[in-house]
Amino acid sequence: MKANLLTLALLLLSSVLFSQKSVPSVVIKDLKGQSFNTADFNNDGKPIIINFWATWCAPCKRELNTIAEIYDQWQEETGVKLIAISIDDARSQSRVLPYINGSSWDYEVYIDANQDFKRAMGVNNVPHTFLLDGDGNIVWQHNNYSPGDEEALYDKIRSLSSK
Amino acid sequence: MKSQILVSALILVVLSILPFCLIAQEEQGNSGQFSGNFQLDGQLYRPDSAISAVVPPEKMALSGFGNLLYTYGKLSAGVRFETYIPAPVAYPAGAPWSGTGLGYRFARYGGDVFDITVGNFYEQFGSGMVLRTWEDRGLGVDYSLDGIRVIARPYRGVAVTALYGKQRFNFSDGFVNGDGIVRGVNADLDLNALLDTLASIPGQIIIGGSFVSKYQRNTSSQFDYPENVGAGSARLKYLIGGFQFSGEYAFTDENPSAMNSQIVPIPPDQNPGVGLWLPGNGINLNATYSQKGLGVSLTASSLANMVFQSQRGAGPFDSWINYLPPTSVLQTYLLAQLYPYATQPNGEVAYRADVFYHFKKDSPLGGKTGLKLDLSATQISQPDIEMIDDLGTTRNGADISLFKKGDTQYYADFNVKLSKTLSKKFKGSLFYMNIAYNNDVIQGAYNYDNVATPGTVYADLVVFEGNVKINRTNNFRFELQTLFTDQHLQDWVAVVAEYTVSPHWFFSAVSQYNYGNANDDFYNFPVGSIGFIKDSSRISVNYGRQRAGVFCVGGICRVVPASNGLSISITSSF
Repeated sequence: MKANLLTLALLLLSSVLFSQKSVPSVVIKDLKGQSFNTADFNNDGKPIIINFWATWCAPCKRELNTIAEIYDQWQEETGVKLIAISIDDARSQSRVLPYINGSSWDYEVYIDANQDFKRAMGVNNVPHTFLLDGDGNIVWQHNNYSPGDEEALYDKIRSLSSK
Repeated sequence: MKSQILVSALILVVLSILPFCLIAQEEQGNSGQFSGNFQLDGQLYRPDSAISAVVPPEKMALSGFGNLLYTYGKLSAGVRFETYIPAPVAYPAGAPWSGTGLGYRFARYGGDVFDITVGNFYEQFGSGMVLRTWEDRGLGVDYSLDGIRVIARPYRGVAVTALYGKQRFNFSDGFVNGDGIVRGVNADLDLNALLDTLASIPGQIIIGGSFVSKYQRNTSSQFDYPENVGAGSARLKYLIGGFQFSGEYAFTDENPSAMNSQIVPIPPDQNPGVGLWLPGNGINLNATYSQKGLGVSLTASSLANMVFQSQRGAGPFDSWINYLPPTSVLQTYLLAQLYPYATQPNGEVAYRADVFYHFKKDSPLGGKTGLKLDLSATQISQPDIEMIDDLGTTRNGADISLFKKGDTQYYADFNVKLSKTLSKKFKGSLFYMNIAYNNDVIQGAYNYDNVATPGTVYADLVVFEGNVKINRTNNFRFELQTLFTDQHLQDWVAVVAEYTVSPHWFFSAVSQYNYGNANDDFYNFPVGSIGFIKDSSRISVNYGRQRAGVFCVGGICRVVPASNGLSISITSSF
């Protein structure tokens, strides 16, 4: 049984290298409480940033507040769209929308209340940022936030847009 | 056990078939995909009697997990291997996790109309007041169900979920399910999507309801425990303009358990483990208003005997079916974590208000760069409890009225934070918090000999945080914190210094210094950390002294013992 599992695991792992990853299909909620399937994320062939965050996560808020100041410029130059996925649960969910508006963010925001999307994306902890190319393939990801990381992210976005 | 083998066999079959589908499909250039993540934590403990540091007999702890997920169109399957040899000292002691093995496995068909999962799964009904199975690996929490779940979306705006399973209880070379069986159904209706063009509703309405039932055999010869206990909830969400209103009402049937036996003192001859024969109920209400630059949120919540666990004798951290998070705001500053509130599911009345405001650029208070203000206040009290004199029947009862305050305050805080960009190089913020913490009830504050502090702790905390951007990649961030109290360990000063080189490196030094306490002793808790990050992988090494603290996630708070030593953590996603 154990050997069987191991063989299977090896067999399966061998094909990992060939696969190009896209966003799995998970049903999450938008800020109005309506269901949305993550497989339907779309930006008309332009790059998408998916950022996992929470209202209780200080580095997450530093990252999204920093990007918020230059988001206009990013959108103008590359057409990129940032989708912020809040993993706030029932404790802090009612603070998400007031916080976003209070911070004047222009992101598309969804709530992943029981972390189903976080699990499906293999996210260990927040913040965790994914970059999708125009075809919806995950081309880059980064865990953690240090000031300056947004510049590295933007370099990647620009290299995608110029292709 | 039989069902567990059946489920395992089914998943093996799916996993065996998948690669062949994969090979067949790859020729058409449409293969499935693998993903997963991984975490490993190692600790080396050193003795440190001054702070009653805990050293396990093994002197080291190693814990970790790896998730492997395979998705092929609408089919997916996943496994998680876990290891605890042994678990870190911060993990719960009640239902210990030990050994190495399979912690989770599932197979799922996620169609547009039917979404079916066999094996382990996590689910949440509404806000979780009657059912939320969830995990927090870092804290040693996993309430996953093992069985079957079917979600049907027959029509736009309608989602119905039905589930049946046993709940994970502990881990011994593999996950171990508890005794109880959990069954539930949930329905959510998005009226605007459902009615679509038939009728136009001002605003937007979403309604929902759940029913959950647990079964556990009664093995007591003395008490006629109910074997089936039901719980239900109804909820409503209404949006109009910048306003959002949401509310949920939940109840449970009479549910005597180890947890609710403490609501009122039960005479010793009445067996204190019997619990109260009392139905539970709870209400949670939220109202928010927001527009660009302003957000306001109000919360009112009251609980009466709402413990709902899948095992009658379960301890405070085990077998939770429902989720009752604290109403207070989770503060992440180190010294704020000395006094976090823990929900009192047996009964509480709680209120919270939050304001977020952005003073615009060039306004009188905003100055050249704008100013952000976050305000929050929380008040939590004991509910009014009336004991029902029913001792003659071996059924002890109490009557708790929702939203009717009793005499005792459990917790209160008020906090305010101002954040400002002062120049291109410097951002700063100032934070103040005032806390009242009833330790007789919350039981989170201990002295260095592990004796709980009696009465209420009153504390004031001030934090100044600054961020200096040195250049494109180098950054220095610091926090200066100071906390004053006369009731617990007296006063504290904490310094956090963090230097980061984007995108790969971080270095941090933290020192928490406790002075002026009873024996005129001084305690310093220094910790140094180095970390390296590459894409989705992160490795960090910490060395130092950790003070005892309270870790709270959701409705659960746990006192984590002090420790001293080295720890290494590696996380990765692929």
